[in-house]
Amino acid sequence: MIYLDNAATTRIRPEVLNIMTEFLAENYANPSSIYKPARQAKAAIDKAREQVQKAIGADRPAEVFFTSSGSEAINWALKSIATQNANRGKHIITTAVEHHAVLHTIEYLEKEGFEVTYLPVDEFARIEVEQVKAAIRPDTILVAVMFANNEVGTIMPIAEIGAHLKEINGQRGKDDKVYFFTDAIQAIGRIPVDVNALNIDLMPISAHKLYGPKGVGALYVRRGVKMLPLIHGGGQERGRRGGTENVAGIAALGLAVELAIDEMDETAKKHTEMRQYLIDGILKAIPHSKLNGHPEHRLPNNINITFEFIEGEGMLLLLDSKNIAASSGSACTSGSLDPSHVLMAMGLPHEMAHGSLRLTFGQDTEKGDLDGVLEVLPTIVERLRQISPLWEEFQRVGNIDIFLGK
Amino acid sequence: MYSEKVMDHFMNPRNMGEIENASGVGLVGNPKCGDIMKIYLDIDEAGVIRDAKFRTFGCGAAVATSSISTEMIVGKTVQQAMEVTNKHVTEALDGLPPLKVHCSLLAEEAIRSALWDYAQKKGIVIDGLEKPCDDHDHHHHDHDHDDED
Repeated sequence: MIYLDNAATTRIRPEVLNIMTEFLAENYANPSSIYKPARQAKAAIDKAREQVQKAIGADRPAEVFFTSSGSEAINWALKSIATQNANRGKHIITTAVEHHAVLHTIEYLEKEGFEVTYLPVDEFARIEVEQVKAAIRPDTILVAVMFANNEVGTIMPIAEIGAHLKEINGQRGKDDKVYFFTDAIQAIGRIPVDVNALNIDLMPISAHKLYGPKGVGALYVRRGVKMLPLIHGGGQERGRRGGTENVAGIAALGLAVELAIDEMDETAKKHTEMRQYLIDGILKAIPHSKLNGHPEHRLPNNINITFEFIEGEGMLLLLDSKNIAASSGSACTSGSLDPSHVLMAMGLPHEMAHGSLRLTFGQDTEKGDLDGVLEVLPTIVERLRQISPLWEEFQRVGNIDIFLGK
Repeated sequence: MYSEKVMDHFMNPRNMGEIENASGVGLVGNPKCGDIMKIYLDIDEAGVIRDAKFRTFGCGAAVATSSISTEMIVGKTVQQAMEVTNKHVTEALDGLPPLKVHCSLLAEEAIRSALWDYAQKKGIVIDGLEKPCDDHDHHHHDHDHDDED
């Protein structure tokens, strides 16, 4: 199979699987116990915490908390900042293109009485730091802007936002801080992420996007940020998240993050070249196709292209029949009746948003895989266009106004 | 997620295309919903549907329901075709995933829209047939949203 859905999940690395097996099959001790295997399990957690700390440039391992997923880390971070700071302000700033784990948590907070500014994005799914500057109010407590978009790969101006927040926080004083949360789940291991250099206060991580297992994540929390205890129980995760630790998963996350960072520069270079090769190849081979997302401020492993006059799910089914795994922002694949909120926020008309295809590379992806796509995709698009009344109309009269109510 | 029947009709759509000088043409759906179906009917003097062709913009389920519904109405009288409902279409496909059931409405509405066009051209009245909305926005998605996740 040609697997080009690495933004959805990745294949676990053999060395990461090995360390999991060790803590599942051999050393199964509870890290809170006193005997030697337990101490070893505890040491594995400590090591993983340091691996994550180093990978993201944090000051202390204690700023890293392990969770069961990226979504859990996101929920915990946003709800903590909101509830712990509600007495001084209830205004949150975010963007229209966040992952649903962020958007739906913030919508929940909105129902609980918080006021939210959703910054619109430009045609490339990007915001400008000036929009954040203009939106900040005396009662703003949190800015939540994703590092890189999971659908179209657009990288946000995180350094500029962080620098601006640092500057205004210097003026506002210690007890009136605007916290900076960034969802870096798609970015870590693909592009440089440094919480100190970028002035990030809270940042979620997910193992399975980095060649680690599903079911484990982490949250970076800058020292001094007050967190709600998420799960009351034993004293695990410094009393913030009770429950016997997922030792195998945590050790795997630590190793996966470390290895991803080690290989990042090389992989990014390779992926950037492959990305250009595939984008050029597709746009050249298939008329009426358009790249979605930013041409430069873009994750090295992400391609998102709209093919006019067709719908995305059919493309995925036909690609699947050729053993190619990909994804789309069409309504039929989003689990709802609306096409991708990201593509809509970028201003794509409905019929264009429905026809998007996302291809995301991983460490196993080779140029031959891309040639495999280039071999079948033009035929697949052509085939769906032959079925499409929009294409027939366009061929006949040169537009599809009749379908757009014009 | 799709039955074999759905996949078969999606991979090998029956009656795809158009009919020149069709007795009736139906067009339903809109880009907002993500599915549009155009259907052409050839109806003889006895009121029997001799041929049906379609083109559909939409997901696998939309294409499959379009395909099978054309098969279901060919050889039927206009009055019999009126009795083809989205439930019949769904059953003929061995079911559809909950989120896709609305796609089967597309076919039912397209057939009725084409029959309306035929009746207008012929100056006849078909029992039980109402004028379709002409804003192409008639294709509602009124299914249970609790199914999502």
